[in-house]
Amino acid sequence: MADETTDYAIKLDIFEGPLDLLLYLIKKNEIDIYNIPVALITEQYLQYLKIIKSLNLDLAGEYLVMASTLIHIKSKMLLPVPDEPSDEETDEDPRAELIKQLLEYQAFKEAASALEGRPLLERDVFTWSAPMNDDSEKLIENEDELIEVNIFELIEAFHRLVIRIDKKELLEIDLEKMSITDMINDIMERLTREKNLTFEELLGDKIDRRRIIYTFMAILELIKMKMVKAYQTSAFGVIRIFPAVES
Amino acid sequence: MENLKAVIEALILASEAPLALEKICVITEGVEKAEVKQNIEQLVTEYNERQSGIYLTEVAGGFQFRTRPELSLWVKKVKGTKPASLSRAALETLAIVAYRQPIVKAEIESIRGVDVSAPLKGLLEKKLIRIVGRKDVPGKPIIYGTTKKFLEIFNLKDLSELPNLRELKELNEQNEQMEIIQDFPDT
Repeated sequence: MADETTDYAIKLDIFEGPLDLLLYLIKKNEIDIYNIPVALITEQYLQYLKIIKSLNLDLAGEYLVMASTLIHIKSKMLLPVPDEPSDEETDEDPRAELIKQLLEYQAFKEAASALEGRPLLERDVFTWSAPMNDDSEKLIENEDELIEVNIFELIEAFHRLVIRIDKKELLEIDLEKMSITDMINDIMERLTREKNLTFEELLGDKIDRRRIIYTFMAILELIKMKMVKAYQTSAFGVIRIFPAVES
Repeated sequence: MENLKAVIEALILASEAPLALEKICVITEGVEKAEVKQNIEQLVTEYNERQSGIYLTEVAGGFQFRTRPELSLWVKKVKGTKPASLSRAALETLAIVAYRQPIVKAEIESIRGVDVSAPLKGLLEKKLIRIVGRKDVPGKPIIYGTTKKFLEIFNLKDLSELPNLRELKELNEQNEQMEIIQDFPDT
């Protein structure tokens, strides 16, 4: 029993969801996917759920939904087939919907494997290495080709800065009052003066966590209000903030 | 231009991203597009014929030199990095987005049968997929599509190069020899 449980435990980890588990059971029992013995599969499926529960693993709600679907199909199949076709519903196999779902999922599972089997960049094939991850200043030269940055790149930039200062943070009573409104005004004022600024430049020397957060939030707010734009000179380059309307 | 082929070769090598045919034409002003194309094709053949360690390939709408896949073991040694691999969940989600885009989260979830918030987030962070807009239905769900980087990473010229999804009809005929590939996630 103990052996069996560990065996199951290992396998449970690899299931990507109820459909995956069902496909596994179908394969294990060498079942024709178009003619699933619902009673058998339901029983085995529920057994798996029991094991998940006994192992105190979090049982995703989707597994329970599938369990009730299976039981529903099973009960439908137990009902005698009416001689005359009922009013609306033609005698469709109660399994049809599930089969369709399984086939579709299976097709994408295969597509995923096929994708993974391709010669992947940085795994199987490599290109001439551009100076990636190197936020050096030299990239600023070709300013004409700017890439608009997305929220993730901004967050990454924010994260990098926080990591940099996080180590030597002391608890201090802050006398400097900060507000996002002040920060916004401050940024806009500096931008009209200096045309464009990097995140680092905006922070200046006074780098502390609170200031970074306020600056970051002010930038996000300004982008949302479409008052500034954030651009990068190239991938992994320095992010520059521009006023949206050149005054 | 007497050494057009050499110029093109240099341009492609020096470019950080795959270099589009149109861009090469802009740089080599005056040269016919057909001539540029012909030269690129010649380069492709030359690199193949002399069994070079690199090959010229069309990827993500441009041309790029890449090391040959069969040499990956060696190249990895000099790179010294391990590429971040995608989880099963991420790969399946990516495949669904790639084939069914533009697509909303609920549609992906109805195919996979599970919540896809986490893999979607991971794919967005890796810039393999992007938000292409919002669907005009109640709740205005976000619509996802793949990125150019997806094409670059997965060595695809464009989306039409994706292998055909096994059609349900085909499956119908082959259900005798069903084969489910049991892949185990890398750990």
